[in-house]
Amino acid sequence: MVLTTALATSLSLAACGASNEGGNSADSTGSAEQLSGDLVGAGSSAQQAAMQAWQAGFNGEQPDVNVSYDPVGSGGGREQFLAEGGTDFAGSDSALDDEELTQATTRCGDAGVFELPNYISAIAVVYNLEGVDDLNLSPATVAGIFNGSITTWNDPAIAADNPDASLPSTAITPVHRADKSGTTKNFTDYLDQTAGDVWTAGVVEEWPTGGGEAANGTKGVIDAVKAGAGAIGYADESQAGDLGIAKIKVGDEFVAPSAEAAAAVVANSDRVEGRGEHDLAVKVNRTTESADEYPIVLVSYLIGCIQYDDQDKADLVKAFAGYVISEDGQEAAAKNAGSSPISDELRDQAQSAVDAITAGA
Amino acid sequence: MSTDLRPDAVAATPARNPALRSRRQLPRFAPTGLFGLGVLLGAGLSAATGFSLTLTVVYGVVLGTLVLYVVARRVEGGRKAFDRLVTCLVTCAFGIAMVPLVSLVWTVLENGVRRLDGEFFNSSMLGIVGEGGGAYHAIAGTLIITLLTALISVPIGLLAAIYLVEYGTGRLKRAITFLVDVMTGIPSIVAGLFAFALFALFSGPSIRLGIMGAVALSVLMIPVVVRSSEEVLKLVPNELREASYALGVPKWRTILRVVLPTSIAGLGTAVTLAIARVVGETAPLLVTVGLVNGTNLDPFDGRMSTLPVFAFYQLTQPGVPPEPAIDRAWTAALLLIILVMALNVVARLISRFFAPKTGR
Amino acid sequence: MTTTDAPPAPPRPRRRPGDRIFAGSATGAGILILVVLAGVAAFLVSEAWPAVVAPAEDIPGGDGLTAYIAPLVFGTLLAAVIALLVATPLAVAIALYITYYAPPRLATLMGYVMDLLAAIPSIVYGFWGIAALAPALVPFYGWAEEHLGFLPFFAGPASVTGRTMLTAGLVLAIMILPIISAISREVFGQAPALHREAALALGATRWEMIRMAVLPYGRSGVIGGAMLGLGRALGETLAVALVLSGSGGITVNLIGQSNPSTIAANVALKFPESTGIEVNALIASGLALFVITFAVNMFARWIVNRRADFSGAN
Repeated sequence: MVLTTALATSLSLAACGASNEGGNSADSTGSAEQLSGDLVGAGSSAQQAAMQAWQAGFNGEQPDVNVSYDPVGSGGGREQFLAEGGTDFAGSDSALDDEELTQATTRCGDAGVFELPNYISAIAVVYNLEGVDDLNLSPATVAGIFNGSITTWNDPAIAADNPDASLPSTAITPVHRADKSGTTKNFTDYLDQTAGDVWTAGVVEEWPTGGGEAANGTKGVIDAVKAGAGAIGYADESQAGDLGIAKIKVGDEFVAPSAEAAAAVVANSDRVEGRGEHDLAVKVNRTTESADEYPIVLVSYLIGCIQYDDQDKADLVKAFAGYVISEDGQEAAAKNAGSSPISDELRDQAQSAVDAITAGA
Repeated sequence: MSTDLRPDAVAATPARNPALRSRRQLPRFAPTGLFGLGVLLGAGLSAATGFSLTLTVVYGVVLGTLVLYVVARRVEGGRKAFDRLVTCLVTCAFGIAMVPLVSLVWTVLENGVRRLDGEFFNSSMLGIVGEGGGAYHAIAGTLIITLLTALISVPIGLLAAIYLVEYGTGRLKRAITFLVDVMTGIPSIVAGLFAFALFALFSGPSIRLGIMGAVALSVLMIPVVVRSSEEVLKLVPNELREASYALGVPKWRTILRVVLPTSIAGLGTAVTLAIARVVGETAPLLVTVGLVNGTNLDPFDGRMSTLPVFAFYQLTQPGVPPEPAIDRAWTAALLLIILVMALNVVARLISRFFAPKTGR
Repeated sequence: MTTTDAPPAPPRPRRRPGDRIFAGSATGAGILILVVLAGVAAFLVSEAWPAVVAPAEDIPGGDGLTAYIAPLVFGTLLAAVIALLVATPLAVAIALYITYYAPPRLATLMGYVMDLLAAIPSIVYGFWGIAALAPALVPFYGWAEEHLGFLPFFAGPASVTGRTMLTAGLVLAIMILPIISAISREVFGQAPALHREAALALGATRWEMIRMAVLPYGRSGVIGGAMLGLGRALGETLAVALVLSGSGGITVNLIGQSNPSTIAANVALKFPESTGIEVNALIASGLALFVITFAVNMFARWIVNRRADFSGAN
């Protein structure tokens, strides 16, 4: 009896359908040909909010295409993409490594993969400290705070960076990510490169055990910092809300995170060498000296094949990737996810990669 | 047992003495009054150190209990006083335990009703950015996956229970009984990992299907169904079976026509409660079913959304601004509670209306 | 309660096809359960094996599998034990209150409410823990550090966010409270009326009646319920993942910012982003959890069976 009830309920639900779906009534103003089909992706959870915006925006152009994205994490996304019969594309907070590139030739054939930096986000050092509205931190100080060697806010190292501020003796609670994340990887990469003598744990996706408070996800970190007096953490700048955001020492100046400064550092960084023509993996210049650039950024990639077996699939990926890197797409992501739109120069390079997507035997 | 009672029996003998029988007893309103006094004292005490409601209650309860104990000890004697003390303690413990539970329901209600609107039920998250959107796809997914879970678990669980009660003998029965007990303790995430590995073995690591979630949940649900149906089947009096056998009815027909109909109310309740137990499971679905924004009603093709996973992701990975997603998460949590409550009510109704009339 | 020790043997030695099919499918279902359980165990072992034989530096943390899992096992046990210590006395009190103290009408209602609470999905407890309980406990942790700091459990420095081992233990306690009390209530309610009435007739106070006639009878049920609750607490995933700040190694400081994580929460947090040997290491920790819950359940069965002889249940 219970089963019948449940069945009836699910059937009646199925019958009425979701009001925002299936209509296809969106005016397809785009002159581009109408595509249809499914596009399946998986990967970085950092990209998820942006991906939602892209799914929504892309559906406006191509109402018959169903793009799904599973935020399984970067590693899982790459693994699923590279697997036999895997997903159509991946979102990943780090580019494929050499071993994965070899696997990619099995998955995608000799044409290889494209990796487009589609999601750039400044990682802000956020803090919650009553009475301190401006905070300047040098790389070594940040590293000291997060490795637990600086324990109170009136530590001489912090005072040296902030000669004018009156710092309380509150204990510092450093908050880091509990889950494995690209944000942690980029943050520790920054610490490792700029303050390697203080930060000895290397570049890690998973915070080394011991010390500090662990929180789940960007929102977890933000909530923990909000809740704890004297807490400091790192999180996407867009999510910081009304928390204090520290300025980071770049060259001789202290720079606050901003979309422009984040895009700038990526645009001026070198590509990783020895990769395919359409592999735009960048090696972020963490040690930049330019005050227009903010070096703690997360660069996330859209990864797919240059050559798909199936013409329809190739068209779908081409259309979707094209939308993602377009000005509209980047703008939508900036609005929904607070990312930094990529620079025009990078867009041109990415566009040529997208143009190269084909179907082949 | 009787040895335990003896000292008390001795203690009770003086009651025969008429002088002691009319022992003084506190009037009925005394406990409440004395307790009130204690609370007042507590309020005064906490006011002395800056008034706070929590402290008032804490001081008040402690003082009230003490005052009542001391007075009762003077007036009624040690045993009665101790009884009153325990009454206070038990009632207080009950009160203490209710505080977080009430707070929980209240918090979920308060945060959940904000988005408990029509749109939440009839739209999915496809193409939704920021405000609006709903959990239609997640509700449908939860119902479908739960239904599938029930379809897998109920026959297996019921048959296994029938085996244990009607057929089982010797070591196999003991082994199954024991391992079913162990299985009730399988952590849900382990069940999820099991289902994931099972399907990943055949279809690669990127596979996410509704049916995988149903398999994982079945691992959790089957033992619950077995345990509770076993209890219910055991309650069917043997006389009924014997009467049926005496009439020449074969054993399998006896089970189908006599044992099961007699216990149908209990079985219905057992199954419903087992469903309520798995409907809110999150961890196994997180690793097996994934999440999509659009509606997928086919459990054999691709990812589906479910309410618990939807709630988890909306809370932990909201977009910018986060508020709309967090509101959706709380509403999904509220909906889960409502779902579980509804299932409980159904179980109650089943056991009330279908219960066989027994002599008791 | 009319229980059947062994159903009477079927009347005829000759078995009909219908009987054979039915008996066969029932037995098959029973055996299927064994197969599933064996499958779960086999899968866990086979997937955990690569992590067992892997060189120590490949395991996350770089110190080998034992060093990786030990703090997690410790955290799992610690959280579950806190939950059990807090929940069991309260649950027994609730059960006693509902069965023997509350007015009958209220008792029925409360019994119903407790049943509902037992079924609330654990993720909701996690939501509540992070939104309501953790912030509410922060002042208490500060106070405890100041006044009870001499105890190793409250050594501090106190967490400023409230996301501590004690908070996780309390959330778990509140979660398993309805489960333990539901089972205790059932056995208390079944205490033989004759014993209770006899005790009262002999002049026992209500407490004496409970102590002599109800508690000895219900003890096995309470222990069984507590073990069931312990099993739940050990395996709870998302409530802990949301509430606990699990970043440190083994420590008994319950109010600090770095706590050992629990196995289940660690799997939930790390599994999505893990690949290769890391997945194997996580599954190996899952195997450890499986073994622990297995042991707890065995222990619970043993206790209940041993007590059953004395209590007069069955």
